[in-house]
Amino acid sequence: MSEKFVGTPRKVSTHVNQNEDLIFEKSSPGKKGYRLAELDVPAVDAASLLGEQTRQDLGVMPELSEIEIVRHFTRLSTWNYAIDLGMYPLGSCTMKYNGRINELVARLEGLAEAHPYQPEELSQGALGIMKLLSDCLIEITGMDAITLQPAAGAHGEFTGILLAKAYHTANGNPRKKILIPDSAHGTNPATAAVCGYDIANLKSNARGMVDLEALAKAVDEDVAALMLTNPSTIGVFEEDIHKIADILHAKGALLYMDGANMNALCGKTRPGDFGADVMHLNLHKTFSTPHGGGGPGSGPVACKKILEPFLPTPVVVERENGLLGLEYNRPQTVGRVRAWYGNFGMFIRALAYILANGPDGLRQTTEDAVLNANYLRAKLKHLFDLPFDAPSMHEVVFSDKRQTKNGVKTGDMGKRLIDYGFHAYTVSFPLVVPGAMMIEPTESESKEELDLLVDALEQIAKEADENPELVKTAPHTTRLQRLDETTAARKPVLRWKAPAAATPLTPESAAKEW
Amino acid sequence: MRYLPKSPTDRIEMLEAIGVPSIDSLFESVPAEFRLTRDLNIPRQHSESEVLDRFKAFAANVASGELAEAQTATQYASFLGAGAYRHYRPVVIDSLVQRGEFLTSYTPYQPEIAQGTLQATFEFQTMICELTGMEIANASMYDGSTGCAEAVMMAVRVTGRSGAVVARSVHPEYREVLHTTVQHQGIPVTEVAFDTTTGRVDLNALEATITEDTACVLIQSPNFFGTIEDVAALAEIAHKKGALLIVSIAEALSLGIVKPPVEADIVSLEAQSFGVAVGFGGPYCGVLACKEKFLRQMPGRLCGETKDSNGKRGFVLTLSTREQHIRREKATSNICTNQALVSLMVTIYLTVYGKQGLKELAEQNLAKAEYLRSSLERSGAKKLFSGPSFNEFAVVLPATAEATNAKLLEKQIIGGLSLAKWYPELGEGASLWCATELTTKAQIDAAAEGVR
Repeated sequence: MSEKFVGTPRKVSTHVNQNEDLIFEKSSPGKKGYRLAELDVPAVDAASLLGEQTRQDLGVMPELSEIEIVRHFTRLSTWNYAIDLGMYPLGSCTMKYNGRINELVARLEGLAEAHPYQPEELSQGALGIMKLLSDCLIEITGMDAITLQPAAGAHGEFTGILLAKAYHTANGNPRKKILIPDSAHGTNPATAAVCGYDIANLKSNARGMVDLEALAKAVDEDVAALMLTNPSTIGVFEEDIHKIADILHAKGALLYMDGANMNALCGKTRPGDFGADVMHLNLHKTFSTPHGGGGPGSGPVACKKILEPFLPTPVVVERENGLLGLEYNRPQTVGRVRAWYGNFGMFIRALAYILANGPDGLRQTTEDAVLNANYLRAKLKHLFDLPFDAPSMHEVVFSDKRQTKNGVKTGDMGKRLIDYGFHAYTVSFPLVVPGAMMIEPTESESKEELDLLVDALEQIAKEADENPELVKTAPHTTRLQRLDETTAARKPVLRWKAPAAATPLTPESAAKEW
Repeated sequence: MRYLPKSPTDRIEMLEAIGVPSIDSLFESVPAEFRLTRDLNIPRQHSESEVLDRFKAFAANVASGELAEAQTATQYASFLGAGAYRHYRPVVIDSLVQRGEFLTSYTPYQPEIAQGTLQATFEFQTMICELTGMEIANASMYDGSTGCAEAVMMAVRVTGRSGAVVARSVHPEYREVLHTTVQHQGIPVTEVAFDTTTGRVDLNALEATITEDTACVLIQSPNFFGTIEDVAALAEIAHKKGALLIVSIAEALSLGIVKPPVEADIVSLEAQSFGVAVGFGGPYCGVLACKEKFLRQMPGRLCGETKDSNGKRGFVLTLSTREQHIRREKATSNICTNQALVSLMVTIYLTVYGKQGLKELAEQNLAKAEYLRSSLERSGAKKLFSGPSFNEFAVVLPATAEATNAKLLEKQIIGGLSLAKWYPELGEGASLWCATELTTKAQIDAAAEGVR
């Protein structure tokens, strides 16, 4: 390992891991990983019941014993980096610790086995969780009402913009445009488009913030809303947030707040107080439900009173008899955005997190997240270019400007961090910063782990000067080296096929091979 | 706070390193008038045992539908399905998905340290293709309802046509989500009736409804009434007029014994039955599968095989130029986060049961449903539709569904789902009943007795 480093990584050493083929390649006919319970009713002949609809064969579905299955997925798991192994300095992603009690309570029988259509009077506990979580999130955001139905952040954005559209439509004109700053996450413009709006881009000012003059010029009676991430994707609080809200409101437009960065505000300030009309929350970011390799998420949408009539159905209500219920009769609703009530299992975990914290814990959590980001900023600013000097909240954005002289780019240094035992930071986002290196430590990192990251980045910066090739070809210590993403996209292979079934490739079919 | 790894000294040292006197200095960019100077009005900080107690109390206040020899107050026999199916979940699923390397990892954008998630996703995509008879599958959608809406928007992009025809026998909540979603794309949705004898899509009505502007026909099979559709016949009608056929499948286990919809162009599968808890409606696992030629219009993440710089096989997220983080407002969808961990549960489940088990399990479901049908019919209920069904079917009860269910609840039985709310024309006695491998003969006998 030593020849692979200019310095000495403090966090890692080499470690054997197991090879493992695809599950289909390990399968053998006749092996079983299950035994069904004794059938206590008469067996039936499928063909006589289903006729020509009967399935004959299940193709290449695997056949393995239980031990092989456990080893297969355990071996795969060891090829993953994870929060449980160490820090993810991924800006805007908020990779924080996922409390294990959350997993336990989400699996309690009454909650895990509750059917969404069982009678309300037999669902009071489940509804109680939704009600308490709703109340907590309304208080945390300073809003008046909420829906928990959206399944993820982007789905929440969709719901929130539909609320704005329904509001404007009820006032006689749905309006045409959504304003989106150039620093926004890609889901914002994609959402506005799905909602049938045109997108008007808003250029950030020299400090990376909303340019009030440009905003005032851009806002007219055609603008439905501004979608604003606050703190912004460069980790900066929009100091003029109330002026932004005033400019919008003066023209009847709404302020949509993308709550992806709510973990910088929780317990310290409330979007409802500073002028946001509607916002989504990512329970898998701020409220610690696990990312699980890409999901499930949950994207509740909180809003002001003026938007409440338009919330998706159903909403949780308290009935006159004191029981909780689901209200479907809402004439002005935007409609349903997902079957049933949303990702209920995530509500349980988020509420468990809120309870474990309480008001003091949530505030301390936010303070520590901001403390960590600023500590990294202080420790790293001598190494990397800082394109915006506005004060950082929960994340800090550097750029690779000083390293590019040797051809080392942000993506290379991100890959190199892997060799030092970390996940990469967020690479090349936000788009307003060329060569962005976006670092968000979250509150979950100790000073020791932060110092290890600083140490690793110091060594990488040194390597970029002294041995740029080493960085440009990183990672060197992983199971696999850099993967050929170009060929993956040009000749997509998106599923496994049994070798015997493969047809010989002709030049023509090779181009279309998948 | 037990999740925070800082000593008071750490905090002081870090503030010194930053060069500010106090933590509040770091929040000065928040205008003073908006700084919260009080505690949030939420429950106080709980110990771990208190959190557990609180949720145990919530859980005790929900009927679980779980089987027990001696039933407790919260344990009910349940005959509900309708898009959320209770099947046995092998123990290895939860023990494997709770490994921190799966549970607490991020979206695999750095493939060198995410091969576990990526290979499992590739296996998932392969299994979904194999089960549905499609050529490609994505890495998951939120659920079956949003999957249908995405499939319709995809069909509009593929065909360049504007309208959608949707069978009324598609899950009512899926249709609601579809209406909410596609209206903002200017996609008109026309509903088509079911044959009141067979419970299947009325083929003549369908033929008459499709126009030259119809991008797709969306059906569900088994449909909301549990009836298995004649997918081949539906495909023929749709294709004859140049429309795509989208098949929504809400009961994924049906694929163990029911012919896959190979004639479809796009399949929107809800894979909840494959090892995912009923969980009061979510999280579940939607997934889209389709013919390969529609690849570029597929929404959501795709995992593909490739090689590393040493020639070793590996996997990456690919074709991301379809997605919002590259294409922004021109993306195929705004979806970002999907249901990755749930798709892993599905993959493990499908591996445990595999080629033989899925078939045997599906046969058991068929047997239980058949026993339920004959038992209910002996009690005076009548199967509503003549079309073949899997583990769920609609009946007309001798009394109203509401009265019957009230009577059954006294015996700790949650009866079938009343259909009157969505299909008033079927009458007050119409009710949708489901039996899975977990439904016991004793429960069925007791329910049939109560229906009488």
